[in-house]
Amino acid sequence: MSEHVAGGATALTDPEYLEGLRSQMQRFATLQLGDQDLAEDAVQEALVGALKSARSFGGRSALKTWVFAILKNKIADVLRQRSRYVEADRLVGTTGEESDLDELFTRRGHWRPEERPVPWVDPESAVDDREFWRIFETCLDHLPGRQAQVFMMREFIELESHEICAAAEISVSNLNVTLHRARLRLRECLENNWFAERG
Amino acid sequence: MKSCREVTRLLSEAQERPLDFSERASLRFHLMMCGACRNFSSHMASLRKISRAYAAGKRDAVETPPDRSRDD
Repeated sequence: MSEHVAGGATALTDPEYLEGLRSQMQRFATLQLGDQDLAEDAVQEALVGALKSARSFGGRSALKTWVFAILKNKIADVLRQRSRYVEADRLVGTTGEESDLDELFTRRGHWRPEERPVPWVDPESAVDDREFWRIFETCLDHLPGRQAQVFMMREFIELESHEICAAAEISVSNLNVTLHRARLRLRECLENNWFAERG
Repeated sequence: MKSCREVTRLLSEAQERPLDFSERASLRFHLMMCGACRNFSSHMASLRKISRAYAAGKRDAVETPPDRSRDD
């Protein structure tokens, strides 16, 4: 790593770098908030916070990790505040989602032969591949809305179960069912489109 | 003996809370005999690592053209 060469402060005064960073943050926030304006506000606040103490950062990758950490906090705030506005109809109606577990498992709960998880080839290096991230986002996009939202609250924003239940106004068992389904789907999508293909 | 479906549910829940003794015991027993669920189990760990990397802005760290990804 050569990030001591140019400080975080320098990076944030580079218009090209800043614009790139801003659009990455915007995409990340929009994905989770589902609202361009709310996302823009969160990104703006995170960047303002970052500019205040950018000087203390050794380099760009440290800066980026940190800016995203601030952004995650902003998103968590918005998600928590929004709890009261979650429409009831998004919380019921899991009937459509029930059937996709039947596609994976037999009636007795065994994996269907063609659905059995296979070993993943080199999962560690996937994060360094830009094509992998495109597939990851596509798989995320294909999750039903509420599954995606709850999954992102848990895995991106790292909220605890009770916080997600409060924010989304769902029970713990509902949360567990939703996360289970999201992970089954996402796992399968990543395997079919990335990890198994390379095997 | 728990079904694979039930085992994947437990493996998912283990990402949110520590499992109790009997849950861990039935999980171990099943995983000993089921390769598909062993794979699933390791995929849960990978999925978490991948998600954390994504949330730290890793996606775009690799998308930056080589000359801009350096700090010099």
